[in-house]
Amino acid sequence: MRAVLITLILLLAAGALVAVALEMPPLGAPGAPALASPLTAYYQARAFYETACPNQVAAIVADYRAYDTLGETTVLFTAVAAILTLKHSRKEERDRG
Amino acid sequence: MHFDYVAAMLLYVTGLGIMLFHSNLIKKIFGMNIMETAVFLLFILSGYVRGGKPPIAVPGQLPAAPVNPLPQALILTGLVVSVSVTAYALALVRALYQAYGTLSAPEIARRKGEFS
Amino acid sequence: MDDLVLKTVARLLIPFIQLYGLYVILHGHLSPGGGFAGGVIVAAGFVLYALAFGRSALAAVFPERLSTWLESGGILWYVGLGLVGVFAGGAFLANARAGFPLGPAGRLFSGGLVFLLNLGIGIKVAATIATLFRHLEEE
Repeated sequence: MRAVLITLILLLAAGALVAVALEMPPLGAPGAPALASPLTAYYQARAFYETACPNQVAAIVADYRAYDTLGETTVLFTAVAAILTLKHSRKEERDRG
Repeated sequence: MHFDYVAAMLLYVTGLGIMLFHSNLIKKIFGMNIMETAVFLLFILSGYVRGGKPPIAVPGQLPAAPVNPLPQALILTGLVVSVSVTAYALALVRALYQAYGTLSAPEIARRKGEFS
Repeated sequence: MDDLVLKTVARLLIPFIQLYGLYVILHGHLSPGGGFAGGVIVAAGFVLYALAFGRSALAAVFPERLSTWLESGGILWYVGLGLVGVFAGGAFLANARAGFPLGPAGRLFSGGLVFLLNLGIGIKVAATIATLFRHLEEE
């Protein structure tokens, strides 16, 4: 019963997602909305001259969008803090009981 | 045929199926990882230019048809978040195993109902 | 675990793994890679050392306090570099306007803020994954 329900949900999800995937523009076509965005043109035109980095991805990650990378570093730090909290609370429970 | 986008969608549905079908907690974490990988694949594929080169200016000369660097930069952040969430989920599963002695999700729900 | 083949192969491979990871971190602005990928490669070297020679051997060469300090210091390094931009009259995390030397493009010590941020992120990610490995395996 559970297997039938799960298969139904999966078929529904697969149908919806594949229908959307078939409507997307073909891979690599130059007129796609993801490629013709003005932001991409801005970054590609100015990244090498303003940051002196040949690697455009590094220039975007560490210079134009360095604030997002700060958030990402904070996520790593928070994950370690959460795991250490879990371990200490388990040790306290074990020492208490 | 857009085989690439359809493959990313099918990978996502596979991950969802793994998460729903198995009752072992570690396998559910695997399913979550597969779903995240599918989302990253879809995102990065959208920035491909046919016959494109990597967006790196090999000595001093900008590439002729570079692929889009913006999705790659955004997915870099997403990857690290995925690693952090997986690490925390594994720590939680360890704590659950120590508290209940089993790794099966319905069994844990049953024992939790007995204790409370 | 006590396996002679594993110990011999690990002893041969770990210097090259660390060197390669350091190369990927430092050349983040010249070739694909950057701080995150290089940090993970260096951490993979640490994890291989712990698996081949025991956790106490890793704790002897990379003590727990050092890895916690490096991990917290990574964020402080990042925010400190951003505040340099604020004090120099630009925005938070500014590159050329804050006075970071850009240098000739294509050399190793070029790129200003990008190079320094990659270094900090690489060290931080390596220390983070080593800490995670230590705490997830402990009992």
